[in-house]
Parts: sequence; structure tokens; C-alpha cells
Amino acid sequence: MKNFGFSLSKDRQIDFDKSDKRIMDFVKIEEPTFNICIACGTCTATCSAGNFTEMNLRKMITLIKRGEITGVRAELSKCMLCGKCSLACPRGVNTRNVIFKINQALEKYSL
Amino acid sequence: MKYDPFVIPFCLGAIILAFVLIYKYFSWIFALNKTDKHKILKGIFSVRIFKAIKEVFLESLLHRKVFRVNPMLGYMHMSLAFGWLLLILGGTIESKVHSLKMFNTPYEPIFFKFFNHDISMFSGAEEFKFVMDLLLLFVLSGVSLAFIKRFYSKLFGMKKTTKLKIGDWMALTALWFIFPLRFFAESFTSGIYHNGGFLTGTAGNFFASFLPLENLTYIAWWAYSIALGAFFIALPFSRYMHIFTEVVLIFLRNFGIKSTKEYNSFSEFEIHSCSRCGICLDKCQLLTAARIKDTQAVYFLQSIRYNNLKEGKAFDCMLCGKCQEFCPVAIDLNNIRISKRMEFASGNNNFDYLIPKIEKTAPIIYFAGCMTHLTPTIKIAMESIFKESKTDYLFLDKDGGICCGRPLMLAGEILNAQKLIEKNVKLIKELGAKTLVTSCPICLKVFKEDYELDIEIVHHTQFILKLAEAGKIKLNKSDLNVVYHDPCELGRGSGIYDEPRTLINKVGNLKSISQEKELSLCCGSSLAGIQLNSVQKELVRIDTLKALEKNNPDCILTACPLCKKTLAKDSSIDVKDISELVWNGITESKIVELTQNSN
Ligand code: SF4
Ligand code: SF4
Ligand code: SF4
Ligand code: SF4
Repeated sequence: MKNFGFSLSKDRQIDFDKSDKRIMDFVKIEEPTFNICIACGTCTATCSAGNFTEMNLRKMITLIKRGEITGVRAELSKCMLCGKCSLACPRGVNTRNVIFKINQALEKYSL
Repeated sequence: MKYDPFVIPFCLGAIILAFVLIYKYFSWIFALNKTDKHKILKGIFSVRIFKAIKEVFLESLLHRKVFRVNPMLGYMHMSLAFGWLLLILGGTIESKVHSLKMFNTPYEPIFFKFFNHDISMFSGAEEFKFVMDLLLLFVLSGVSLAFIKRFYSKLFGMKKTTKLKIGDWMALTALWFIFPLRFFAESFTSGIYHNGGFLTGTAGNFFASFLPLENLTYIAWWAYSIALGAFFIALPFSRYMHIFTEVVLIFLRNFGIKSTKEYNSFSEFEIHSCSRCGICLDKCQLLTAARIKDTQAVYFLQSIRYNNLKEGKAFDCMLCGKCQEFCPVAIDLNNIRISKRMEFASGNNNFDYLIPKIEKTAPIIYFAGCMTHLTPTIKIAMESIFKESKTDYLFLDKDGGICCGRPLMLAGEILNAQKLIEKNVKLIKELGAKTLVTSCPICLKVFKEDYELDIEIVHHTQFILKLAEAGKIKLNKSDLNVVYHDPCELGRGSGIYDEPRTLINKVGNLKSISQEKELSLCCGSSLAGIQLNSVQKELVRIDTLKALEKNNPDCILTACPLCKKTLAKDSSIDVKDISELVWNGITESKIVELTQNSN
């Protein structure tokens, strides 16, 4: 097939039996601005860690909301908590505390 | 031996107090690390001990620093501490002179007038009476002020006075009673035996005219002794623990022991030295502007002491350092706050992906910092100035760099911060540069405090000033009226107040404002305020802008990318970094030169 520079996404759906919402439920309460993220990706565009790796905060927030949390710990371990994302976020999500709280949730539920 | 059962409460209290204090202090000293213990041993036998004694006299007795912040409050503290000590000393001398013995029972000076009805026989008795009454009056004036302060703190220039715990109430009530009771006991005795001075003698005669003093005198002495005993027993569980702890703290500090970002038993000395004077309350913008009422240093320390520190209290703080700056006990409040945040931090970073590559090096390295990357105009100004001055420099984090580690540290993620610091230190050392210039005061602070680099570390304002003074760039003075916002980490944090001002005066007319230097306000976006919400941050920001915009300057200058970005959000006046104004001046003079040449 001719390569048009893009491909079709594979068919996928959320498996609710496997979805783990514990992190989401914890962070939602502890840092309510978590709820107002619109997944615009500004945070990821400005991310200091993103300069060196595939670290992607937007994706992480989305995955946590879906309950797909495997891999969150490894991803988050790259964040330097520098705060660029907090300043850049157009929605005023307190991303630094979101990250801080996700870490607490990971610890709390030994994930 | 002179004895009466009424001395028992006093003696019991004093013995219990001594035991508790000795036990606590020794266990804290025992828990210190080896180097610190060694410092104590060395310090005791050195001249440092005299410096410490002098400081104890000035701070723990005269309360010089409290005086400086608030004379009325200073007088209150001094009259209680110094007055009481003099009263004890005076009593001791008086009783020894009277009995002509080197040793007498320890309570005799305290209850001297009870045991010695006829004191006129020894020479100097009249003078003693006068001095002792004067001292009692001195202390009583302090007690009355303390009483007034409880109910009318505004008189002391304080909007708020601290809230009390049970132990405090007990000790405070006892303290309020001690000296009035002493006054009554001595007056009553004097009413019968005429052994009082100008105060107790006069009062005694007056009371004798209408009161049955024979019955009351003994009761008054009992009450005085009970008040003393109760105060001593409540002391270790109350704020008054600071009286003795501060003395020990001063000695330890003079021996060279410093607070660290990890909580240890030296921190115990620090938190128990807080007198809850409340000076830190009015200094905190989170109280005055953002209306968070329970997080100020005094309450924070109190929570640690009573083991009920909640996460919110540890995190509701911008670490702006203002409370620390004015704390008369000079407690390292920022370090204690960071050390306590550590207990709530649970990140586990892995920075293996950071593999520093060195392609070239230069004698001067420029580290813009993450925040400067969000304010590109500062970056551009700095690069232009470097080029203009023909500086051989390397822009270390040009294509996005590693964070300096301070943001992690401010969030209490000390161990993770250390991982980052290690990476950076290795890189910087390999570069072999002589000078490290940064635009961000947050980076500056961590570079200076935690990197242990043996190269010169300067903020860009210092660097530009040096360039100008060496004639490497020509500054152009504009006629703009400007005000300067001291960034917390640069001013109070790193003690850099003068260089930015000297530099500003070369490029504009600096107008002074009411809240500057040590008094400067926080922009509100401090990375330490990780759990503050946007409304709280905004309230602080607006508060700060109000002070900056007051005299309607042409431009608000600052020296921190984060301050600039924050203040610019709501300011009706242009907000610039000093480097930008410097570069503007240079370009303008170039344009003038060019037009003149072409004419
Ligand atoms: S920038 Fe803010 S709103 Fe956008 S994805 Fe990131 S957190 Fe969500
Ligand atoms: S705080 Fe973390 S996620 Fe946000 S920009 Fe910095 S490294 Fe990226
Ligand atoms: S922390 Fe310092 S300023 Fe605040 S109450 Fe204690 S001694 Fe006073
Ligand atoms: S450091 Fe600043 S914000 Fe924190 S308690 Fe002290 S004055 Fe308030």
C-alpha cells in the first residue's frame, strides 16, 4: 500500500474489567483542577523532560482517566517537576500538584 | 534551715522542670550526628562560647531583635525575661548578704521577705529594698503589657496574636499570677513587719489599713509558690519552653551547627525555641492577602511540636522567606518546611534518560533555566548582551535543559532533587568553566547552596553590572521612572539586593517603594506554592502589584523570569526583566549612532 505518512489507528476499546480508576479518584479529590484538563497538549509541548524522552503528560492524564494505569509510574518518574507545564496550561490545571498527587496515589495503592 | 511547707509547690515544680529539660536536651544532643557532636565539644572550649554568651544576653534577655521589629513588644519580652532574671539575681545577693553565708536554701531568695522579717540590720538593706521593688515594678509592667496584648494586640502593631493551646493557657495564667501574687505577698508581709520598699512598703501600709493581713499573708505566700510551681510544670508543654531552649540553640549555632533540609534533632531545638511571638503572622501574605489563617510559621511549628501536622499546612506556603527574615529567633523556617514536606513526597524519579553530551565548552556558561525558556525575551536580551560584550560563553540549556532541581526540592522531593543535581554537577564540572551565569534566581539559589561547585556562580544582574563596570558594554540611561520587585529567591533567598539596584540606576531612574528589599512581597507563583490554588495565588499577585503600581511608574522591573511572567498577567504597567531594559538601551543608542553617522 502506498505510504501517505499516516496510518489508520487499530480498532481498540476500553476494557472496563481491567480499568483501574483508583488513581483518578484519588487525584480528582486531592487536586480538583485535574478534572478540567481538556487534553490540549500544551503541557506536553513545553515539557522539559519531553525534550529528552517520550514523556507525555497529556497522554498520562488521559490514560489515568481511562483507568489504563500500567506504565504510569515509569512515565512519571521522568518528570522533573520543573513547573513549565503549570505555567503553560491554558486551563489552569495545577499540573505539578497533579503529578505530585499521582505519585502519592501510586504509593498509596502500591501500583 | 529556714523552712515552711508553702515552699513545696515551688520546689517540686522546679525539680520536675529541671528533670524534663535535662532529659529533653540531652536526648536531642545525643541524637545529633557525629560531626555536630564534635562541633559542640570543640565549641565549648573555644572563644565561640563568649560570642554565644553575648548573643544570649542580647537576644534571650534584652530581646534586641524583637525591639527592632516592634519596640513595645520588645519591652514586654525584655521586662519579663531580663527583669525576672535580675529579680532572681538581686534576691540571691540580698539573701547572701543578709545571712552572710555562701550557701543557703535555694528557695530563700525567692521567698526572702517571708523568712526575714527584720532586714534593717544589715548595711545596704534600704538600697536593696529599693532596687528589688523597682525590679518588681519593671516585671509587673511587662505582665500588664502581656495582659493587654492578649486582648488588644493592635497596640503592639500586630493585627493578629497567636492562638493558644491548653499547655499555653495553663502556663500563661500561672505567669500572669506569679508577679501580682509576689507583690501581694510582699506587701502584706510588709504591712505587718514593715520590711518593704517604696512599692511593697507603701502598698503594705495601705492594705494594713483595711485588711486582716495576719490571715491573708500566709495565704498569699502559698498562692505565690503554687503559681510558680504550676508555671514550671506547664512550661515544657507550653510556648515558654522557648525560654531555655533558645539559650541552648544560640550556643549550638555559635558552635557551628546548621539546620539542614532534613529534619533532625537540631530542628527540635529550633521548633522549641519559637516563642510564638507572632511576628511572622503579619509578615505572611498568605494571611494578609490570601486569607489562609492557619499556615503561618508559628502555627506550622506548633503542629510539628504537637505531632499533628497535616499535609495542607506543610504545603500552604510559598517559602518566600519573609517570616524567616523577621523571626527574632532566626529559626530556619524554610528548611524546616522543606524537611517536613519530605514526609508527604512519594515520587521515585529515574533520570537515566538524561545523558549529557558535551560538544564544546567556554570559560563562561550561561544557564537560562526552565522559567527563562518561557520568557524568551529575557533569553534574547541575554544572548545579545553576551555577544555585544564579546563574551566567550556557552549557552548550556539552549535547546531545553535539565531542570536545576530546586522545584523538586521545594516540593519536598529532596532525594529526587539530589538525583538531578548529581547529573548537573557532573556535567558542569566536566565543562571546566570559571563562571556560571543564570537568569533564574531559583536556579541560582540551588547552584549556590546544594551544588558544591568551586566556580563563581552569579545572577545575570551581577554579571551585566560587571560587564558594564569593565567597560565591555555601554549602558544607556533612559528617563524612565522604574520600580524594582525583589524576587524572593534573589533577595531574601540569596541576599542580592544591591547589584540589581546599581544596575537599574545606570539604565533608568529607580524609585523606591514601601515594600522593598527584606520587606519585598512575593509574586505569588512561587514553585513552593505547589498546592495553592489559582485564586490564592491571584490574591497574592494582586496584593504585590498594588504595592508596585502605587506611584504609577513607567515600568516595573524584576530579575526573575517567573516573577515577570506572573506580574505581567495582571499589571497595567509594563513589566520587564532588568536585562531587557539594559538591552533596549544598548539598541537605542546604536540606532542613534547609526542615524547620526548617516546624517
Ligand atoms: S496543558 Fe493543561 S489542559 Fe492542556 S493537556 Fe496539559 S493539563 Fe490538560
Ligand atoms: S513539571 Fe514535569 S511534566 Fe511539567 S514540564 Fe516539567 S518535566 Fe514536564
Ligand atoms: S516563628 Fe519566629 S516570628 Fe514566628 S512566632 Fe515563632 S519566634 Fe516568632
Ligand atoms: S515563607 Fe512566606 S508564605 Fe510561607 S509562611 Fe513564611 S511568610 Fe508565609
